[in-house]
Amino acid sequence: MFYAMKIALRYLTANKAQTSLLVFGVAVGVFIFIFMSALIGGLAEFILARTAGDLSHVTIEAESQDPELLLPAESRTVLLVQQKDSSRSAQLSTVDAFIPIIEALPGVLANSRQISGGGFLKYGALSRQVNVTGLEPDKVSAIINLDSYLVEGSTELGAGTIMIGKTLADDMSFRLGQTIRLQADTGIDAALVISGIFETGSGAYDRGQAYVSLTTARTLFALPQGVTKVEIKLTDLYDADDTAERIEAVTGLPASAWTEDAAQLLDALKAQGQTGLLLKSFALVTIIIGVASALLLSTYRRRPEIGIMRAMGTPRSFVIIVFVSQGAIIGLVGGLLGAGIGYLVLLAFPPREAFRPGNLPIDIAQGAYGIAILLTTIGAIAASILPARSASRVDPVTAIGQ
Amino acid sequence: MNDILVDVRQLYKSFGHGEAITQVLKGLDLTLYAGEQSALLGPSGSGKSTLLTILGTLMQPTSGTYMMLGIELTQANDKELTAFRNLHIGFVFQFHNLLPDFTALENVIFPTAVREGRERASARERGRALLTRVGLAERMDFPVTKLSGGQKQRVAVARALMNRPELVLADEPTGNLDKASANQVMELIAEINRDEGTTFLISTHDESIAARCHRQIRVDEGKVTG
Repeated sequence: MFYAMKIALRYLTANKAQTSLLVFGVAVGVFIFIFMSALIGGLAEFILARTAGDLSHVTIEAESQDPELLLPAESRTVLLVQQKDSSRSAQLSTVDAFIPIIEALPGVLANSRQISGGGFLKYGALSRQVNVTGLEPDKVSAIINLDSYLVEGSTELGAGTIMIGKTLADDMSFRLGQTIRLQADTGIDAALVISGIFETGSGAYDRGQAYVSLTTARTLFALPQGVTKVEIKLTDLYDADDTAERIEAVTGLPASAWTEDAAQLLDALKAQGQTGLLLKSFALVTIIIGVASALLLSTYRRRPEIGIMRAMGTPRSFVIIVFVSQGAIIGLVGGLLGAGIGYLVLLAFPPREAFRPGNLPIDIAQGAYGIAILLTTIGAIAASILPARSASRVDPVTAIGQ
Repeated sequence: MNDILVDVRQLYKSFGHGEAITQVLKGLDLTLYAGEQSALLGPSGSGKSTLLTILGTLMQPTSGTYMMLGIELTQANDKELTAFRNLHIGFVFQFHNLLPDFTALENVIFPTAVREGRERASARERGRALLTRVGLAERMDFPVTKLSGGQKQRVAVARALMNRPELVLADEPTGNLDKASANQVMELIAEINRDEGTTFLISTHDESIAARCHRQIRVDEGKVTG
């Protein structure tokens, strides 16, 4: 084995220009592999941060209070229209007791108890329907990072204050510090001072969302106790399904993961991942073809030497090891070189914390360097098997006579 | 009389198929004794090279028997023949056929290193001793591409002897050398044959080379004729 490796190395170093070119070719393939991994991974990260990043990853929400329909046991076709009960919000009255348990679950980063409902913002003759969410004052940015989206005022929510989106403010000509009226769908209304204006970049959100303190929301929605939902943020949003199941099992409360309502996003990410996989596969196939053709050429060029070796009593297996070792060395060195180049090139891109729309969202941490080196080495070894087998079958009599 | 080293009986070898078949060996019988230095003579196309190739276990005959060291080699598979060749048979070719990317010493120790899987110190020691014996003590670490034709052929002789084979097959070993180098190589072969008792079978067209051997074996039309 050691001796076969020595011969493999000698063959590679005997023709430095050809070997360097081959290793460089492999390195370019590995670089493409790493660049694609970092780009596809970074892009997924960016898209998720811009979408699911501001969503609740797991939401505990009370089940519908709508009355059950009583239909005849052997009914014929029934057409019906059911009006949802909007007279009162479904509430979670016992959730407070479970908060410490939820907080202790692995992967839970933050939670936010909320009361939400519909309402109308009124100013003079103007009126606009909004979704109102009551937040705990110390957890304003626990789920959606309102601090980062604030364009005016502050995110401190006290009694009698409200935060609204910039589009809404512009549409209604509202200003910071202005007092406006909010009428909840319970019929209760209150005069509130605009304490903050945010802009998330999502039109629907900036146009139709308002935040008040949890205390204010209790008054507006006539909920002296409990909350309507608890939003939970996780360290890894892909753990949402498992965590939701665990919460249901531990608390008995209905918990749903963000993925339940994000099938399109997940499909898009999946398609993007598959595209990346395809491109990386092409890079790998290119490496394999390159190594295989170079080694086949080497096998042909060294036929007389292989013949001499065989005449000296060299087993076929030894010849195979010599050529497979060459493939392994080319793959490993090319892989390491490509990974090094890839890392250095990716360093030039801004880190993922600094991703901005318009830039290439490349995540250096997702370069898949180890996998690239491993797959390249395995690929190069696989590529060398055909030339190695061909070399081992060289007829010494014919080869020496060449 | 020495022991029989090689015993070939009714050896036939043909190439091609159907009407294009060429019969090269036609029932050849040959016995080689241990310690002999024999010359194999014959015109081109007589079957000399085919016989050497079969004796070197690089090719199997179409029919007949080939016994060496009491082992019937026509029944052996490739793996067994390869191992047998490595241990018991040495080759010296007309065009030296050294490995061009290796030094003289690396070429000489190749047959041992390939069997042992590494270059042991003992193999290096024997390789150095052999190169010293063939007069190349100063050229051991030279790449073989930097050696003259005569020096390359002496390296090839040293390589053939590396595993202390019982039989060395030499195919026109002086055919590509000038007279002085040819003389050196033949003297070297004679010396090794005398000192170590290695059996040599030397294929040649040169009657003067053949005259320096103990025995002349003439092949014609695929048979030993004398």
